[in-house]
Amino acid sequence: MRHGKYPFVIGFLFAPVALYVTFVIWPYAQAFQISMTNWRGLSAPQWVGFDNYRRLLDDGAFWKAVQHHGVLLLALPLITIAIALLFAFLLNVGGKSSGGQRQGVWGSKFYRVVFFFPQVLAVAIIAVLFQMVYRPNESGLINGVLMKFGMEPILFLVKPNLALWSIIAVLVWQAVGFYVVLFSAGMASIPGEIYEAAEMDGASKVTLFFRVTLPLLWDTLQVAWVYLGIAAFDAFAIVAVLSVDGGGPDGATTVLAMEIYRNAFVYSKYGYASAMGVALFFLTLTFAALTLRLSKRESVEY
Amino acid sequence: MNPQSTLPPTPAALPPKTGDPSAPAGRGRKGPRSEVRLFAGLGHVALAVWAVIVIVPILWTFLAAFKNTSEIFSSPWTLPAELRWENFGRAWTKANVGRYFLNSVLVVSCSTFGTMLLGSMAAYVLARYKFWGNRAIYYLFVSGLAFPVFLALVPLFFVVKNLGLLDTHTGVVLVYIAYSLPFTVFFLAAFFKTLPSSVAEAGMIDGCGHTRLFFQVMMPMAKPGLISVAIFNIIGQWAQYQLPLVLLSNAKDKWVLTQGIADISVNAGYEADWSGLFAALTIAILPMIIVYAVFQRQIQAGLTSGAVK
Repeated sequence: MRHGKYPFVIGFLFAPVALYVTFVIWPYAQAFQISMTNWRGLSAPQWVGFDNYRRLLDDGAFWKAVQHHGVLLLALPLITIAIALLFAFLLNVGGKSSGGQRQGVWGSKFYRVVFFFPQVLAVAIIAVLFQMVYRPNESGLINGVLMKFGMEPILFLVKPNLALWSIIAVLVWQAVGFYVVLFSAGMASIPGEIYEAAEMDGASKVTLFFRVTLPLLWDTLQVAWVYLGIAAFDAFAIVAVLSVDGGGPDGATTVLAMEIYRNAFVYSKYGYASAMGVALFFLTLTFAALTLRLSKRESVEY
Repeated sequence: MNPQSTLPPTPAALPPKTGDPSAPAGRGRKGPRSEVRLFAGLGHVALAVWAVIVIVPILWTFLAAFKNTSEIFSSPWTLPAELRWENFGRAWTKANVGRYFLNSVLVVSCSTFGTMLLGSMAAYVLARYKFWGNRAIYYLFVSGLAFPVFLALVPLFFVVKNLGLLDTHTGVVLVYIAYSLPFTVFFLAAFFKTLPSSVAEAGMIDGCGHTRLFFQVMMPMAKPGLISVAIFNIIGQWAQYQLPLVLLSNAKDKWVLTQGIADISVNAGYEADWSGLFAALTIAILPMIIVYAVFQRQIQAGLTSGAVK
């Protein structure tokens, strides 16, 4: 591969690199610069140093958003992974074993197909769907039933202490299927002899799960945690569409992405919004580094 | 053979202590069996409940799409009294769902095609050619995986605006391609590395140029990887909400489906056209069910391909 290598390499790389630098790298680099200005889009930006960051420290909405990311960061992965692990275990190992072949419970193919489906839908569409499900009167899916039975309707999205959890529930609803499939793939690669040996030793299903499946699935779990963590730092589409007036009631469900969007495209505070973007970037980075460090553990060879 | 298996059974397998020493020894044999049955039984209930939780909201939406507003309020749980197809007509034309849908199809076809073409070109060159700066460019692409899009949102808006591409489909398509490149290049570069070089060398000896070699030999060989990434990109770009929201805000006739449906849901309250909103939701969900039913295996593989490298 000698003749004419460089013209070919340059020809193939030029368009992708040009596009990528223009729309991705260049904006990222600029974000750090704009965050040091008080730019409002009309006049030339003025350099204000770390003023925007200092103002962030006193911004209640910012801290509320950070706090919500904290809740999301714990609840979303924990709940999703717990449910998905249980289902993946049932679908792959839960049934009886015949001829040394581990089997899932009856109908496991059907369940896997159904569970995964929400993953195909856009989050914005799901958010509209659950707006209907959560509606506070008899036209809502849940409250329609409750009110038929003469109960008070639950104000899922209006009660400040319930709203965030209603949103987390929708995120879990969408995510579980994906992780069932992901964990199933991991479980399928665990050799059947290990289960067999453990069962001969008299291990119960519960022991099998905690002593065999879980340790051998560690790497996949780590990936799942990072993925869900990154999702917990975004959550824009669901909050923007599902919550009461974009992060409400009264900021009870707001997230950083929502605040960035509001500051930039409603208030035209471009410098301040960029400072929030930089803060979000460092939060994400810290999370990723921490997860990789804390969960580092000898992976089991088999 | 596991040496432990010759040892006596661990306490877990012993028959449960019933407190009755005269209980027949045969019960001990039944222990694990009934445990399996109980476990499978409870498991079944859990699985079935989750299946219901997934299916019911979607099914309920489909049913409500055929009702009128008073039915939606008075009997949310019953079948519609009659099939009101006009709800769909109203959603498709009056609420512009038809236009949003076609916009989405147009944007996603262009951007996925562009992503696959540019992404595979870059990945191929980076994976199989040695040249100065190769690693630097590769890491430039891969570093994009670590950045949240929201960091770039403000500058991106102005880059697109200064290029005169604000409120145009061209702008959205180019931005989609650019933001899909990190994963596409990362995944495909790994894939192109695994392809045998003997075929490529044979092609070169036969006088095949670099470009022809790529399009006629390497691309067909990389088909499984290309399909996975294409599915990943189609579903990701179809679901995009924040980028079109920022880039197309002032051109309502150019909006994509996610944006349009979210907007209809805001206005449905004012216009009291709930059945139209349910019909619009159905129009957005039903095609995905059909596509998913046909390509279920490929979609599951494609979407999880990012995690199981």
